[in-house]
Amino acid sequence: MDTNTYKKEIELYIHIPFCVRKCNYCDFLSFPSNDDAQLEYVKALCAEIVYRGKNFSDYTVSSIYIGGGTPSCVNTRHIISIMETLADTFTINKEAEITIECNPGTVTREKLNIYKSLGINRLSFGVQSTNNDELKILGRIHDYKSFLVSLDSALHEGFDNISADIMYGLPGQTIETLRKTLKDIAKFNLKHISVYSLIIEENTPFYDRYYDDYILQCQGKLTSFLPSEEQLCEMTDFVGAYLRNRGYFQYEISNYSKRGYECLHNLGYWKRKEYIGFGIGAASLIDETRYANITDIDKYIKNYLRTNPISEYSERVNLTLDEQMSEFMMLGFRMVNGISTADFYNSFGRTIESVYKEQIDKLIGQGLIINDGNFIKPTYRGLELQNIIAREF
Amino acid sequence: MSTDKQYIRNFCIIAHIDHGKSTLADRIIEKTGLLTEREMQSQVLDNMDLERERGITIKSQAVRIIYKANDGHEYIFNLIDTPGHVDFNYEVSRSLAACDGAILVVDAAQGVEAQTLANVYLALDHDLDVIPVINKIDLPSADPERVIEEIEDVIGIEAENAPQISAKTGLNIEDVLEAIVTDLPAPTGESDNPLQALIFDSIYDSYKGVIVFIRIKEGSIKVGDPIRMMATNAEFDVVEVGYFGAGRFVPCDELTAGMVGYITASIKNVTDTRVGDTVTNRDNPCSEPLPGYKKVNPMVYTGLYPADGAKYPDLRDALEKLQLNDASLQYEAETSVALGFGFRCGFLGLLHLEIVEERLEREYNLDLVTTAPSVVYRVYKTDGEMIELTNPTNLPDPSEIDYMEEPVVEAEIMVTADYIGAIMDLCQERRGEYISMEYIEETRALLKYRLPLNEIIYDFFDALKSRSRGYASFDYEMKGYVKSNLVKLDILINKELVDALSFIVFEGTAYERGRKMCEKLKAEIPRHLFEIPIQAAIGNKVIARETVKAVRKDVLAKCYGGDISRKKKLLEKQKEGKKRMRQVGSVDIPQSAFMSVLKLDED
Repeated sequence: MDTNTYKKEIELYIHIPFCVRKCNYCDFLSFPSNDDAQLEYVKALCAEIVYRGKNFSDYTVSSIYIGGGTPSCVNTRHIISIMETLADTFTINKEAEITIECNPGTVTREKLNIYKSLGINRLSFGVQSTNNDELKILGRIHDYKSFLVSLDSALHEGFDNISADIMYGLPGQTIETLRKTLKDIAKFNLKHISVYSLIIEENTPFYDRYYDDYILQCQGKLTSFLPSEEQLCEMTDFVGAYLRNRGYFQYEISNYSKRGYECLHNLGYWKRKEYIGFGIGAASLIDETRYANITDIDKYIKNYLRTNPISEYSERVNLTLDEQMSEFMMLGFRMVNGISTADFYNSFGRTIESVYKEQIDKLIGQGLIINDGNFIKPTYRGLELQNIIAREF
Repeated sequence: MSTDKQYIRNFCIIAHIDHGKSTLADRIIEKTGLLTEREMQSQVLDNMDLERERGITIKSQAVRIIYKANDGHEYIFNLIDTPGHVDFNYEVSRSLAACDGAILVVDAAQGVEAQTLANVYLALDHDLDVIPVINKIDLPSADPERVIEEIEDVIGIEAENAPQISAKTGLNIEDVLEAIVTDLPAPTGESDNPLQALIFDSIYDSYKGVIVFIRIKEGSIKVGDPIRMMATNAEFDVVEVGYFGAGRFVPCDELTAGMVGYITASIKNVTDTRVGDTVTNRDNPCSEPLPGYKKVNPMVYTGLYPADGAKYPDLRDALEKLQLNDASLQYEAETSVALGFGFRCGFLGLLHLEIVEERLEREYNLDLVTTAPSVVYRVYKTDGEMIELTNPTNLPDPSEIDYMEEPVVEAEIMVTADYIGAIMDLCQERRGEYISMEYIEETRALLKYRLPLNEIIYDFFDALKSRSRGYASFDYEMKGYVKSNLVKLDILINKELVDALSFIVFEGTAYERGRKMCEKLKAEIPRHLFEIPIQAAIGNKVIARETVKAVRKDVLAKCYGGDISRKKKLLEKQKEGKKRMRQVGSVDIPQSAFMSVLKLDED
């Protein structure tokens, strides 16, 4: 039965671009829609899975991530078709980590029960904050109470591997309100917590409202709405300390977990594992080529609902060896454990020193990374100055 | 075509800026039918985009017009347009020397202004007959009677019968044309005499070489004549002679005494044909050159560097080409520790600098870093030697300096009574020395101040305009050098001296300047991994300091659904931005920081 172990591993990402309401900070590919549109999309999505998936018969799937948008807001029968199509098309590892993103307030026990029966074994709740004023500013549809209800349902349905997303650096947020949010979540001893610092993205309501302030923040100057850079750094330190004290380990810039509960799917991205993204805008890395699906949903549906669909990408870049190595470095340094010199050698057939000695020495000199011989890791400071490290490669 | 001198009029139009000089020129050209209205591009004489945009004339231009006068004769008008800015005073004076008369345009609402006076005096110095014209009489605020009185009282020329026109609407333009015929003199000179021609401008053409604009004072010139430039002694054979059509050159057989036109002679180097020089016949030379030629010396120097060091050869080529059209532009190679290879360039004034800079960026597509402009200081050393200092970096050690001198100007500022106080304050702040004040009329006065040139080269004009709500006008004249207490202000970034930021400053204002510099630089320099002190120092003494705090957070949070490409693009963009900075020691300094010194008085 263990023929799987001889196959190459691959990760799958499924994009559900629907949500009840677009949040004020969100620039991801998602929008509200009706059930008919969702049905059409899911049909096309399943067609894409079948069409592109057929080339991967000698692979085994190590993780699946259903993200969005808000996958939990679409009709459960859509999730059923997607999971069934995946199971029919791919060989899915029995231990595969299968995550679905959920919004508090959009899941019921029935829904969760079905997810569980489909093999989904990990839930990621977009909590963001437990302060209802902050949630309102963000434009979230839920409040703290609805999170409590959803979490209760999830625990009752036997989900053990649960993650919560938290945001900080919010307009008006203070260390005190952040402490409260952390406390409200950490008390449930969830296996995984992601903590993201708010980024003001273009084409969002937040951009119009806070962009000027954000620039001041980035320049370390006095801000009016957002926390100052000084406060932001304090918050970063605070989050780390608070979660460490409660048995969480930071394994990536924004991610904390109990031992053994790191999100394997996300780690795959940083380790340059191969992955296929299905759905509009989804990205893939296959055979050292990066792809991005088209983002036009009508075009996407039209293509995959035809009898003879084609692969349509908005981007398709074959990575040169230099680019592969550069990615290995810049992505690897997002992880607290950094990069393995042995992995580098195994991947590229040359030592890391022969390629990047100058850059590594410079960054060590700047106190941003350390080299213990087997691993080169970002320092605590380097983790927060990730872009400076990445720009070297 | 008849070349009888009595039917030729060579004239220019002089005016204060914005009083309507170019518009009147357009109208004259249009009325005489040289171009139809449809062919007219507004302001024919201002050829360069830059000239039209800024509403100023940079290069002299000339055009020949045929006018049929009321007396039944056809007249040849040679209209020579002169640059209107004090920076180009020398060129103005050469253009005037090519004329026999001048039309003085005065705004019917604003009356006589500082440059009106300056230009009239220049014209009178050249023995030109001046006929006044009152323009913009269509304006509601026009008061021609008052302006006529003002012209008579202040300038002392008869203005009773001055044409009252609107160049904009074309009203009474015929009066101006008739006045040119009746009130301006015909040229003198004999075509049989040895050739004596004044160079009043030149431009470079890549096919014909230098095209020399001349006014024939005596004698004649035709194709094949051997000629000699009397100041430079360069000799050539004439290839083409001609006159100026509207925006084009029209070849003809011969130019004779009294005429205005151009010659080409396969001249490759514009410096062989200095404005103000005299052209004569090599085999039959005139006894002496026309008076008044002088070599113009730059008044303002600045370092010009390519933003991208690799573009240095491009900058050199561009400067070479620009100089072909602008003999007053001087440059020599220099190097800066901070900026690498570049050029120290000399300009007639700040406007000249700006124009050259803009042309380099627009016409030659160069991205430039400019260092703070400097005037020419005289440094008298203890060993008796005197150095003319054009680059602050070259200032000798203070122990070797006996004393220093800086150039001063005499400024004439015309200002309405309400703002006299504000303008006097401004002049005081800029170390001005009061000379006199005359009331031109009840509400307006002419202020005279002696001012150090280095106080007016940055932003004096802007300050003047803002403090007088636009009602002050300004003109200046060089008045030599005076002894002054000057120091070199150095800027240290992360303890390293940045040569390109050093400048010479009056000791009394050094602290203020240093403090502002540090503040500006703090705002311009991006944060690094370490704290960066920015210091202003005189010698070893630090007089001001700011600190750029270390960066603590620089991270892109989420890579959603593995969208690595987008993250990579963002990082690439950041890397590009970094590449465009100058590295001094371990600090990356953006180009804008080097220019920030120019804008110290902005807020």
